[in-house]
This record gives sequence, structure tokens and C-alpha cells, in this order.
Amino acid sequence: MTGLKADLGLSRGGFTFGVVLSIDPGQTAALLGPNGAGKTTTVETLTGLAGLESGRIELNGRTLDDPNHKVFVPPEQRQIGVVFQDLVLFPHISALDNVAFGLRGRGLDRRVARQRAAEWLDRLGVGSLAGRRPADLSGGEAQRVALARALVIDPDLLLLDEPLSALDASTRVDLRRLLADHLAEFPGPSLVITHDPAEAFLLADVIHVIEDGAITQVGTADDIRLSPGTKYAADLAGLNLFEGSASDGTVMVGSHPLQTADTSADGDVVATIHPRAISVHRSHPEGSPRNTWETTVLRVEHYGDRVRLQLGAPLPLTAEVTPGAVDALRIEEGSVLWVSIKATEIEVQPQ
Amino acid sequence: MRNDRTIRPKSWLTFLMVAVVVIAACGGRQADRSLILVSAAASLTDAFAEIEEEFEAANPGVDVQLNIGGSSQLQHQILEGAPVDVFASANPTVMQTVVDVGLALDPILFAGSRLQIGVPNGNPARIGGIGDFANGDLLLGLCAETVPCGSLAREILAAVGVEAAIDTSEPDVRSLLTKLEEGELDAGIVYSTDIIASRDVTGIAIPEAIDLIAEYPIAAISDAPNPTGARDFVAFVLSEKGQQIITAHGFTAP
Amino acid sequence: MSRRRNPLGVVILAVIGLFFFTIPLIGLLARAPWSDLPDLLSSEIVLDALRLSLISSLGATALSALLGIPLGLMLARAEFPGRSVLRGLVLLPLVLPPVVAGTALLFALGRRGVIGEPINEVTGLVLPFSIWGVIIAAALVAMPFLVISVESAVRNLDPRFEGAAATLGAGKWRTLRAVTLPMIGPSLAAGLLLTWARAFGEFGATITFAGNLQGRTQTLPLAVFVALEQDRDTAIAISLVMVAISLSVLILLRDRWWRAR
Repeated sequence: MTGLKADLGLSRGGFTFGVVLSIDPGQTAALLGPNGAGKTTTVETLTGLAGLESGRIELNGRTLDDPNHKVFVPPEQRQIGVVFQDLVLFPHISALDNVAFGLRGRGLDRRVARQRAAEWLDRLGVGSLAGRRPADLSGGEAQRVALARALVIDPDLLLLDEPLSALDASTRVDLRRLLADHLAEFPGPSLVITHDPAEAFLLADVIHVIEDGAITQVGTADDIRLSPGTKYAADLAGLNLFEGSASDGTVMVGSHPLQTADTSADGDVVATIHPRAISVHRSHPEGSPRNTWETTVLRVEHYGDRVRLQLGAPLPLTAEVTPGAVDALRIEEGSVLWVSIKATEIEVQPQ
Repeated sequence: MRNDRTIRPKSWLTFLMVAVVVIAACGGRQADRSLILVSAAASLTDAFAEIEEEFEAANPGVDVQLNIGGSSQLQHQILEGAPVDVFASANPTVMQTVVDVGLALDPILFAGSRLQIGVPNGNPARIGGIGDFANGDLLLGLCAETVPCGSLAREILAAVGVEAAIDTSEPDVRSLLTKLEEGELDAGIVYSTDIIASRDVTGIAIPEAIDLIAEYPIAAISDAPNPTGARDFVAFVLSEKGQQIITAHGFTAP
Repeated sequence: MSRRRNPLGVVILAVIGLFFFTIPLIGLLARAPWSDLPDLLSSEIVLDALRLSLISSLGATALSALLGIPLGLMLARAEFPGRSVLRGLVLLPLVLPPVVAGTALLFALGRRGVIGEPINEVTGLVLPFSIWGVIIAAALVAMPFLVISVESAVRNLDPRFEGAAATLGAGKWRTLRAVTLPMIGPSLAAGLLLTWARAFGEFGATITFAGNLQGRTQTLPLAVFVALEQDRDTAIAISLVMVAISLSVLILLRDRWWRAR
């Protein structure tokens, strides 16, 4: 058996944690969930910084933790590459020595370790910063060093804990692309832990949604968007995410133009529209919205105090309205409606 | 609405600083006829405590305060202008320096003390006499040469021709006594008065040193804040009653 | 960025505080027998005491490092019952008069002491009246500074750094050596410096436990105390040596270790 098979069981002061993960070699999974859902605990148990109370962790056929059979491999013998949240680079040594640290621990002598570390820094485009201390690196540079530190040890599993959350928007785009490249190249299983659905949708092949210490849904981004299993997943899934190309404030999604307020973006972008930012009307609306078109309601889903509408061509959208609006506009499956979105409600991120 | 009567922190701080200066300025001792400050050598602690009690009983309304310390420490205080009325020293040389600068007149010897070999009770090292101080295998202590019990002990050792193999020169007789009481030292040379005061140390007389006695002079300080009280206290120490107390604590009469 | 100024009141009090610290030094310098100084300082008593002081203060610092660093780590990281009691015990020497600490050592490690007696019977070793006694007395009084420094530094250290080291293949010893200790380096250095300074000036516990013999146990502070009885010039001269050594060490090392932070 190769890849990661994990059944993580733990309880911490009233919080019960039970997460099952299975990631194939070469596959990138995302663990997507809100704060306090158990993401940190997942990192701790997988790395061995915390032991399991029940369950089992198996990586490439090797049992790492199995409390029922009293097996526990300590973290230093697990061969897991981790990019920690906030990176946790050692502040007292250079970028080069940070990367070489893991090699030194595996018995390489200083010269060889440094040489290989330098190669990795070069591959990640920060070879010229090898001598700097982490405090003298920018967020993006530090992120690259942290990635080099995780990859240099040729890990059996790659763990990225909120890898982009500390970065500003422009750096985030570059790094997301860099991460995507390295994740695609990485032969083993990898797990991206995040609270940001865009990050999960863009980086992962498969998404595990975690809530209150348990996995509530597993699937591709489309699976989760089309049939969210829980309210939280529905919230995430409702997010309208389009790839397109921008020029002069207009984003072309396929052949459909979206007018945005952002005139600075140019080239490949990701446009996001919150479902509540979409208004629906019976007839052509008056006023300013620049994005207005006619569409058909494919599905009406009721979630308590709100109703989610799946809208069809020309641009598949998820919109959220109140039950009152559904009644007033007599919306049902097959209804033809007018959609309007303010240009300022469309967020554009370079891709 | 502002409350104008609130003391602002800044003026509060100024007040505090002024107060500190005022209190400091008032700190000097005022002439007070009812107070007698007596600086007495450490070895006199017990004897002078009893004298204080008796003197205060005989002179109602008078408060004797004892300032106990090493003789030279007390001497330094007086030379630096401490408001002392009476000085009782364990060392005539020390007293002489006070006399030399005109701060004391006519010191009088009021007590003497012999040195003895002190050993822990039961004498575990079987010390026989002063000759054992040449034995390097024993743990032996003296007072430091700079204090009277140390210089006197060295005089005795020199007089009998013993080259002492000591392990420590204690800064004062009390700390030497502590190490004897704890059995850390096999023997040390201390005052017979200290041996009398200690339950854990036994004395062995030094017949060779019969003539070597530590002498204790007392004097009123010339610029004493309370000259009358100083005179009265010195007179009491020299009186029959005072001498009784002194000898009861193991001192010899002068 | 403009530097924030302190309020005037704080400045005034600070100046008074500075004066407070300078007064003793002024007193010492005013009475210093400058012309006789070379002779006084080259006397055998002073040279012996200087040698003993350097050996014993460095020895006490080394002993403190050996035992105090692990103790600080334990107090900071290990969970065990009675930890606060243990911490209180470690800090006790800061509160106790050193003479009491020395007497307590005598009761414990003296020739007739609870532990000292069996040690003496087995090995013939007598700790009082030896350089070892001086080192032990100084270490007892000085080590708390190191323990507190290490404990608070480790407490403030994000444990994730050690976690990261573990995932990078570092065992417990390597993590301690390559991550924990270097990361608390400045506090560790400060703690060691304070420990050394306290040991260098140690008097009460030393004289009570180890006695006072020139060339064997008489350190500079003991020599000062004894000299003060009779030979004030020598006492002042020795004090000046102590001031010079400690000031230069404190200033030099402080600048080196702490400026960069």
C-alpha cells in the first residue's frame, strides 16, 4: 500500500476529534474547515507532535501511529515535510542552514547538506538570499525558504498548513502558482490545510471538509459546489469562482464579459462573486448594475432562512435570496429571471 | 464635566519628591536626654544586655540603645560622625585611635577576657592543649588576625612556639564559635566568655597564656549628644553592680 | 519614526536613581589611596584572593550552568505535581540572607552534616574549608538567577520551533542543542552573566560554609571584609579591583550579547 491512510482519533477536554484521510501518491488533498475544526490537531497527529488515542496512521505501508498495537514513530523518524502556519523558520540561523537543518539531522555532513540546500533555494528562486536570516526576508521569500526546507528532505508526505494566509494579495498569487507547480511535481501524497475555499479549490485534487473535529464531506471542488453536504459546505460551495482573462476592467469568462471595478488586473485572473451579491428580478432591472442578463433557474434549494438558486446559462451562478423573495417573485425551477451584479461586488485576483 | 479638584499625576509626583526631601532633612538625631546610644563590641552582647536592663531599671525614663558590632566597625562609625554616647571596645588599640582624634577622653579598662581552646562537646578530636594546633590533620580555626581574638591567639601561639596549621581565619569570634558548635572544626581559640555562653562548645584552658588577657576599655564620646547620660552609663558599668554582671558572664575584673 | 520621550517626572526620578547607584562608587573613589595602589594590589593577599575569586566564580557559573539550565528547562516545560513548590525552593536563596544559606549548607554538607557526614565517611572529602566549598556556596546563592532566566526564556519560546525541528529529523538532544538553547541564547547569556556577577561578589554564604583562609578559601569579598577591620586602604584597593573587573565584564559582555537584539 502506498500513499497516506489515516484514521485519527483523539479527545481533548470535551473536544472529540475523529478524522479519516486517504491520499494517494501524487494526489493533493485539501483539508478545508473553519478555525477550531481540528486542522491543527490533524497536523500534530500526522507529524507525531501529538499521539493518537485511537485509530492508525499508515504512510507508504509503514505504520506511524497505532495506539492499539502500541506503535508510535516519533516525529523525527517520520519523514514528513511540513510548511507550518507562520512558517516557523528558525530565526537564529540563515535561510541556507534552515533548509540544511533537516539534512543534517539525517546524517549528512555539513558541506553536502549545505550544497543540497543551496540547490533547493535556487530551484525556488531564492538562491541569492541563502545567507540571510529569516527576519531579513520578505513574506514571499520566507515562504519559499520554508517550502525548500520541507521539500529538501525528500519527504514521504508533504503537509502545507495555511501556506498562503500570511501573505499579501499580490505575493499570494505568485506563491499559489509556485505551490501548484511543486505540488504537481511532488510524487508523494500531499495535504493542504486551509480555511480559504479558493485556496482549496485551486490547489487540491480532492477536498476534505472538516467541521467540529470530523470530516463532513469529501469530493472534488465541483462535487462540493453542486451538492454541499452541510451548511458550512454550502456556504463555501456557494462561492462563485471563475477563471478568465482581464483587460481594462472587463473579465472574459469564456465568451461572457463581466464588468468589474478593478481596472488594474491584466491577463489570467480568478473572479469571485459572493452569492448574496447577486440580485434577481422578474424583469429587466432599472438603475446602474453593469452586469445584467437573463437566465433560467435550474434548481431551488431551501436552507432554513435562506434559499439558494442554481442559475444556468450564460454563466452558471449560485445566488442566495430570502424565502420572502422566492414567494414574491414566484421563483421555481424553470423560472426565467433577470440577474444583476454590481461591478464592485466582483473580486478579481490575478492568477 | 471636569473635576478640577483632582490632583493631576504630575503635581502628585512633585509633592512626593518634596516630601521625601523634607523627611530626609528631619532624619538627624536631635539632642534627647532620655536616650543613650552605646556602641559595644560583639563579645559584650549578653553582658551589656543585662547591664542595659539594670541601668534602665535604676534610671526610669532613660532608654539605652545598644549598637553591637565588631570593635573596628564601631570605631569607623564613630570616626565618621555617628551620634554615639558611649563606646565599649574589645581592643585598647582600637579605642586609642578614637582617643587620638580627640573623640574620647580617658578610656577606662572595665573587663578582661582570657582565651581558651574551644572544642565541640565531647572533644571528638581529643585535643590535649595548644600544641595540637601544629597538627595539619586536624581542622583548626582562629579568628582573623585583624580582630583582637585573632591577634591575641597568634601572640599565644608565637609565645609557646607553635606554628599553627589552621584551616580558616574567621572574621569574628561568633562565626568561629558556630563552626565549633557544628563540629566542623576540631578546635579553635576563643574567649572563655563565649564558651560559657555556648552549650555546644567545651573549653580547655591554656596555662601558657595566663598573662595574655584581652582588655576591654570603655569611654564616653567627647561630642556625645547626651553627655550626662554617657557619664552615668560609664559610671554604672564601673560600679560594683556593673562589675558583678560583667564577671557573671565570664569576664575577669580589670 | 520619532523616538518617544519620557515624562519629566520619570527623568528626574531616574537621575536620582542613577545618583543613588553612583554614591557608593564616589565614596570609594574619594577615599582611594591612589599613590599606594600598585603596592597594595600586588600584595600576596590580594593576588591570592583575586586568583581564588576568578576560579571560584567561574566554577560556580559552570556548576550553575550544568545544573541550572536543566532545572530551568524542567520548570518551564515539564508538568509534574509540586512544580510551584520546586520553583519556590529554587528561588529561596534569593530571599534568604546568604549567611543563613551558608549555615544551612554547613548543616547539610558539613563534616557532621546530614549529607556531608556520609560523604565524608565514604570518600574522606571535607567540603568546608576547601575551594569546593567556596564554589558550592557561591553556586547555591547565584544559580537562581540562571534558573529564572532559563525558565522564563523557554516559557516565552514558541514550542512550535522545537516541533519543527522534530519533523526535520532532530532528536531531543539535537533540538535542545541546535534550536532551544541558541534561541534562548540572549537570556541564557544574561542569566550566566548575572550568575557570575553574583558568585563573584558572594560573601556571606562563602565565609559561613567555606571559612576564610588566604590562598585556599579567601576570595576578594572575604579579603575586603577582613582588611576592613584594620587596613582600610587595602580594603578599598581590593574593592576597586572588584569594581573594575565586574564593571568591565558587565559592560563588555552586555554590549556584545544584547546590542544586536
